[in-house]
Amino acid sequence: MNQLWEAVLWCLDPGRWTGPSGIAARSLEHLGYTLLAVLIAAAVAVPIGWWVGHTGKGRGAAVAVSGAARALPTLGVLTLAGLLLGIGLVAPMTAFVILAIPSILAAAYAGFEAVDRRVIDAARAQGYTGAQVLWWIEVPLGLPVLVGGLRSAALQVVATATLAAYVGAGGLGRYLFLGLKTQDYAMMLGSSLLVVTLALVLDGVFALAGRAAVPRGVTVARRGVTA
Amino acid sequence: MISYRSVTKRFADGTVAVRDFSLEVPRGSLTVLAGSSGCGKTTLMRMVNRMVDPTSGQVLVDGEDVAGRNPVALRRRIGYVMQNSGLLPHRTVAQNIATVPRLNGMDRRAARRRTGEMMDLVGLDAQLADRYPAQLSGGQQQRVGVARGLAADPDILLMDEPFGAVDPLVRSELQRQLRQLHGQIGTTILFVTHDMDEALALGDQIVLLRTGAQVDQQGTPRQFVAEPANDFVRTFLGLDRGQRTLHRERAADGSVVVVDAHGRPAGVLAEPGDQPEDQPDAGPHPGATAEAGPRPGSQDAPTA
Repeated sequence: MNQLWEAVLWCLDPGRWTGPSGIAARSLEHLGYTLLAVLIAAAVAVPIGWWVGHTGKGRGAAVAVSGAARALPTLGVLTLAGLLLGIGLVAPMTAFVILAIPSILAAAYAGFEAVDRRVIDAARAQGYTGAQVLWWIEVPLGLPVLVGGLRSAALQVVATATLAAYVGAGGLGRYLFLGLKTQDYAMMLGSSLLVVTLALVLDGVFALAGRAAVPRGVTVARRGVTA
Repeated sequence: MISYRSVTKRFADGTVAVRDFSLEVPRGSLTVLAGSSGCGKTTLMRMVNRMVDPTSGQVLVDGEDVAGRNPVALRRRIGYVMQNSGLLPHRTVAQNIATVPRLNGMDRRAARRRTGEMMDLVGLDAQLADRYPAQLSGGQQQRVGVARGLAADPDILLMDEPFGAVDPLVRSELQRQLRQLHGQIGTTILFVTHDMDEALALGDQIVLLRTGAQVDQQGTPRQFVAEPANDFVRTFLGLDRGQRTLHRERAADGSVVVVDAHGRPAGVLAEPGDQPEDQPDAGPHPGATAEAGPRPGSQDAPTA
């Protein structure tokens, strides 16, 4: 309890918040890594996931690849990438992107699969082209599930982004590894608390985004409002 | 006009859904494809708008093989109404109805006007225009489905068990209105159902199918009831169980009551001249209890 208190005090010390390596800057850096990794992962995984969901092809491969990617130990990937790519941001970013891809990929195609087949069949029978089915039906109706996938990817990455400091990049991990070296437990625990706080904030933001992503016609259905 | 010429459909798993099927659907008719599930009736219907392509044979619309038509363009010229409405859950009633006109490039304002006309035509309250499908009753959803199918003023309307999922009272009301609508707009309607009462109530022409889309009988409702082609038709119609055999009985007060084989009253017998006037289509359709008295759905059934 005492150590926790010291960690809280460490976090709250205004002197530590300012400056280029202050808590504020490190938190922003940490958040930046997270968002960048999720963004890159989404740029890779969303088109593939949508393609799989839309065509129904390659589902087995997508499941296998995301399963395999999930099984990779991030620290191992990070070390390997660090050895290959050297010190800096590229190595940890690679590891984070690999970490984030499975959730996003699965959510992208699961969102499409959750769309009622009869709705899509009816739309095709009205004369929707494949692209119109994709953009006007599958994307909007699959969006809430996709946002859910982005949410879990962001949470995984925000927690793991502490490892960026392991190969010389920044983020809140800096304090953690510094505290480890100097046996400053208040600093270690304090930085962990900051990561936890960041994760909770991020989770809240994605929860709101997820709610906003549900189309209105579907919201009224869930509430069970009838004429 | 739709013509099937020796159409066969073999699916990838080897099942033959349709074997050597031929049929002429006259322009402006309401033709019902009836049969149990798995008889190939839906497959046949979906060949008209190329949702299914035949393995061999031809489907002609107005003399032209649909195989040569672009499926998307073809579908925008043919209305389609399905069971469970198939409405887009994230679009309002008005947006759903305007789907095909908008796809065909109609501007927003004209589409809105068209939507209003369509809602009026199918008996939907204009206030429902900005509701979402989930806020409607089953009967209202089906009306929206019919309005959507007709919005682009198609020559052909395909209806796949459109009233299968609504309660009987609403169903007979929807059937009555469809007959009326058909008389009004003259669109060629191809209607799929497994319900023989519905087929008798709606069809100008009924085609009763067995597995593999083998035709058991083709004819008018009257022909089906009066001259069933074989035992399968008799069973399918319920004729073998006396379900459609009605007898006259004079009630105590002198009125003539019509009873079925089990002595259950089916209706009263009207003298010529006291037919209710709002029954323009009661005559030629022996379906359900049509000739035995007022139809169950003839009073305005609440749909909400």
